[in-house]
Amino acid sequence: MSEAEGDVLSGLFTGISDLKESRSVKGTPASRLPAFILGEELADLADHDPRIVVLTADLASANRTTEFRDRHPERFFDFGIAEKNMITAAAGMASCGQIPFTATFAAFCGILGAEQVRTDCAYTGLPVRVLGHHSGMSMGFYGTSHHALEDLAMMRTIANLTVICTTDANHLRAVLRASLNHDKPMYIRLGRGRDPEVYADVPEIEIGKAIRLREGKDLTLITTGAQVHACLEAADALAEKGIETRVVDMHTIKPLDEAEVRAAAAETGAVLTVEEHNIIGGLGSAVAEVLVECERLPFRRHGIDDEFVLIGPPAGLYAHYRLDAPGVRDVALELLEKR
Amino acid sequence: MTEQQTHGRNVSREFLEDRAKFIRLETVRLTKIAGAGHYSSTFSAAELLAALYYAQMRINPAEPDWAGRDRFVLSKGHIAIGLYPVLADLGFYDAELLEDYTRLGSAFGDHPDMKKITGVDFSSGSLGHGLSVSLGMALSARMQGNDSRIYCMMGDGELNEGQVWEAAMSAGHFGCQNLVAIVDRNQLCIDGSTEDIMSVEPLTDRFASFGWNVQRIDGHDLDAIMGAFDALPAGNKGKPQMIIADTVKGRGVQMMEMSLNWHVGNLVGADYDAVIEEIKGGLKPVIATEVRP
Repeated sequence: MSEAEGDVLSGLFTGISDLKESRSVKGTPASRLPAFILGEELADLADHDPRIVVLTADLASANRTTEFRDRHPERFFDFGIAEKNMITAAAGMASCGQIPFTATFAAFCGILGAEQVRTDCAYTGLPVRVLGHHSGMSMGFYGTSHHALEDLAMMRTIANLTVICTTDANHLRAVLRASLNHDKPMYIRLGRGRDPEVYADVPEIEIGKAIRLREGKDLTLITTGAQVHACLEAADALAEKGIETRVVDMHTIKPLDEAEVRAAAAETGAVLTVEEHNIIGGLGSAVAEVLVECERLPFRRHGIDDEFVLIGPPAGLYAHYRLDAPGVRDVALELLEKR
Repeated sequence: MTEQQTHGRNVSREFLEDRAKFIRLETVRLTKIAGAGHYSSTFSAAELLAALYYAQMRINPAEPDWAGRDRFVLSKGHIAIGLYPVLADLGFYDAELLEDYTRLGSAFGDHPDMKKITGVDFSSGSLGHGLSVSLGMALSARMQGNDSRIYCMMGDGELNEGQVWEAAMSAGHFGCQNLVAIVDRNQLCIDGSTEDIMSVEPLTDRFASFGWNVQRIDGHDLDAIMGAFDALPAGNKGKPQMIIADTVKGRGVQMMEMSLNWHVGNLVGADYDAVIEEIKGGLKPVIATEVRP
């Protein structure tokens, strides 16, 4: 199956035969894509941790928490299409000593459920893990109602909440494992679930500590989530033009690794943030907040420029908004021309 | 289980009446410190709070985090002023702490904060959340093999919130018999009668149709309240339990009964003294049956 055909489907729903076998994304087999490992990883963790509970809102088939449901039915709750109730009930469970993971589209937890995340999870300081999958514009032609290009901004302003974007399947595993020893509530943002592999193995991660994936002296791309892969490819393209580009996976949006941001400014002299999010309020804003207190340098936030995006297949949207590798390369070149 | 943990089912009706009086008196006293407070919606729930905390709930103030305790979620968080003195009286904390009620840096604000106040099982204030919280607790108790009950007190105006019905639907679906919701049906929201502003009736039918077992009682009659508690079935799988308590907003202070003016207020001077004396005298017959300014 071609990439274009695969692109028609934003999610991974049941009723699609041979999905696991037939699809790969940029060389990553389907079995190593985030959408296929979420339920499995949670179920594996739950084998050893009785605190884990999984809740979803009529999307078990899309986020594959079906695997958790099948292996731990007594600890799985499908709340139907009632995300606010789900998130608040998760907080009630957390207050009884459990670690609930709620999973639904980012638009319906990071935006629709924002008050429940703030008031019931963050204000109370309870260890709820809100998983927002199919974030950004990865729902493509499903349109603005199903896009989440504001969730990082909303979640980032909530005190006491840890905000993390997952990069690929292995990184997702690492974040889920790390979450079991994290004492704060978390918003964990997942991409479309078809995010190609960046980490060949489950990486050692530290919440709040960025991962420098590539060294460079001319420019730093600070990026997060599904954009990390595109930025690495863009860095390769920039290298062909003689530009050595550092690439930083800023997986933790909050608390931000400020030292890594300052190092990028001091050591590479130009910073481009790349995110599948409105440029207002997300990673770019978080980095800008550090940089304006740091020093003057060529800096630009690249993402969605404060607009509701067009309808289209996801790959078309990434190209149009220059969030694919060629797009990021071009934006980087524009930034450097101004230096 | 110790006697403390079973927490006195044997208390007399007179004792509970006295504790309801205590709740009203403390509400008036603490409001004076803050300069404004929710008198009338606390007064409507005074008997319910007294019966829950002094007779019904399985709690142990010496071990506030005891996993086997019953839990209470005050979904109508704005009557925390009536809960704080009860928790102090039971020994969860020193009553002296209430002298700083609402003052800068105090743990005790208009709405309860579980991180700051021992004995508060969940923070509240944003109406419509508490039933979902309680549902989560009830599911956890069941998963953990714990026979505790979860009590959730809601206001009637709060029932306008959509999330309440999400929670009601799911509690019925999941069959949380260990979940006991109480609606303080005091008839008024801020702008008027609930039935004029956004009608909530027929409540019995509505909750029954969502799969709940519903009892409807006089929420100021302590015998009726205890009778409803006694009728709650044991076990955590079956129907969630609803107690609709018909009450009078402002009950206990005649000038506040059914009055829209006293949702939030501040008694000063002779009014303050007169109200204290009226409360000390015990409940008089209700004089207002309709909403009034």
